[in-house]
Amino acid sequence: MLVKEKRNIWTEIYLVDIAKGLFITMKNMLFAPKVTIQYPEERRNYSERYRGMHYIKATNGVENCTACMLCPTVCPAECIHIEAGERPDKEKYPVKFEIDVLRCCFCGMCEEACPKDAIKLSMIYEMSTATRNVWDKAELLDQRGNK
Amino acid sequence: MIELSSTSVEILIMLGKSAILIGILLQVAPIMAWVERRGSALMQNRLGPNRIGPLGLFQSIADAVKFIFKEDPIPGHTEKFYYALAPIVSLIPSFMTFAVIPIAGPITINGRQILFQVADLNVGLLYIFSIASLGVYGIIMAGWASNNKFSLLGSLRSTSQMISYELSMGLSVIGIVMVFSSVHLGEIARAQGEILAQLGPLTIPKWGIFVQPLGFIILLTAAFAETNRLPFDLPEGESEIVAGYHLEYGSMKFAVFMMAEYVNMTTASGLLTALYFGGWQMLPGFSQVLNMLQLQGATHDWVRVGLEAVSFLLKVGFFMWLFVWVRWTLPRFRYDQLMDLGWKVMLPLSLANIFATGVLIYFGWI
Repeated sequence: MLVKEKRNIWTEIYLVDIAKGLFITMKNMLFAPKVTIQYPEERRNYSERYRGMHYIKATNGVENCTACMLCPTVCPAECIHIEAGERPDKEKYPVKFEIDVLRCCFCGMCEEACPKDAIKLSMIYEMSTATRNVWDKAELLDQRGNK
Repeated sequence: MIELSSTSVEILIMLGKSAILIGILLQVAPIMAWVERRGSALMQNRLGPNRIGPLGLFQSIADAVKFIFKEDPIPGHTEKFYYALAPIVSLIPSFMTFAVIPIAGPITINGRQILFQVADLNVGLLYIFSIASLGVYGIIMAGWASNNKFSLLGSLRSTSQMISYELSMGLSVIGIVMVFSSVHLGEIARAQGEILAQLGPLTIPKWGIFVQPLGFIILLTAAFAETNRLPFDLPEGESEIVAGYHLEYGSMKFAVFMMAEYVNMTTASGLLTALYFGGWQMLPGFSQVLNMLQLQGATHDWVRVGLEAVSFLLKVGFFMWLFVWVRWTLPRFRYDQLMDLGWKVMLPLSLANIFATGVLIYFGWI
C-alpha cells in the first residue's frame, strides 16, 4: 500500500531536512568509530579453518608423506604432481612433490584425503608473486602452520 | 635604486597581485582534493588516504605526479583541436572570475592606495556573472569534440542547467545591489562593515545574510548548480551517462577539468563571502585582538590587512567545506526535479525577493 508522507511547510522547503542531514554526516565524521582496517599493520582475524598456502607436515625433519597418490587423485584442479621413490629402509617417499598453485582452487580436499596428515593448508593468504612459479618439495616442507 | 615611473609601478603591482592570486588558486585544487577524499571517507566511517605524508596531505602530490606522467592518448574519433582546447577553455574563466573579489581592505603605502583585488572594476558583479557563464563553453566544447553520445548528453544537461540557474543567480543578487546601491564588490564589502542593529552586547553588522537571507539561500543553491556539484552534478551523473562531458578525457586533461571545478568552487565561495558574509570584514573577536595589540602606523595597517585576509580566507574555507559537506550528504536530483526547482521555485522566489527588497527600501526599513 502506498502510504503518503505527511508534508507541511517545513518539509516542503527542504532546508530543515537538509540541515538535519548535514548534522548527521558531521556526527558520523566526528564521533562514529571508523571501520577501516589498516591492512599491513592491522589484520582481520580469519577462521581457524581458513585454507591458505600449502605445506607438508614433517616429523623429526622427515616428511609425513608416503607418496600414496591419494591427493593428486582427489584434486579437482589436478595441480599436485608426485614422483614416488624408495628409501634405503624400503619406505616409500615422494622424490618430487610439486603444487602448481596457479591451478589450485584451495578446496582443501587433498588435506581431507591424506591418510598420513602430511599435506596441510596453512593460514597464510599472502601468496602473490611476480612469476608463475610452481612450489617444489623444498618450499612445501617449510613448516608454515600449526595444523 | 632605479627610478620607476608611475605606470610601471602600477604594472608591477598588478603583475604581483595576479601572480599571488593565481598561485593561491592553483593550490586550491590539490588541497580540496585531499579535503574531499578524507572528508568523504570520515563521513562514511572510513579513514581515507592517510599514508603519504602527515595525515595523507601529500596524496595530492602523488596524484599530480601520476596525472602528469600518465600516457595521454587522444581517442581517434574526436575533433583533435577542440578536444585539446576544451579543458583550457573551462579553466581560464574560473581563474579570471576571482580577479574582482576583494581579499582585504585597502592599504596606503607611500601615498599610493593598494587594493587587495587584482582588477578594481566598477562593474565587478556584472563581470563575475559574464565571465562565469563562459565556463560552460569549455564543457560544451568537451562534450561536442569528444564525439560521444554520453559526453554530448552530459554537456547538453550542463548547458540547460547553467542557463536555468544563472537566471535566478543573477536575480538573487539584485537585492544586494539594491541594498548597497553598488555593483562594485569592494564597495559592497566595505558597506557591510556598517552596524545594522545593536542587541544588548551583540553588534549585528550589516552583512548581506542579515539583510538578504532569501537572496543568500537562492545564490547558494544556484552556486551549487553552477559549479556542477552535488546535488546538481547531473552533467557527470555516473549511473546514467558514465561520466558526462569528461568521459573521453584522461591524465592531465582530466585533471584540468577537476581543477576548473575546484577553482569555480573557490570563486563561488568568494562571491558568497563578498556579497553575503561581509567580504573581508573581520570575524567577531578579530577587531578586539587588533585593538589589544595597540600598534601604530604602518604596522597597524599591515596587521589589520592580515587579519582581514585571514577572516576572508576562513569564510571562504567555510563555504568550500560546505560544498564538500553537502556533496556527501545529499543525493542527486532527478533531471525534471532540477528543472522544476530552477524554474518553478528559484525564479519566482528571486523575483519576490527583489520586490520585497524594493518595498523595504521604499519604507526605509533597510
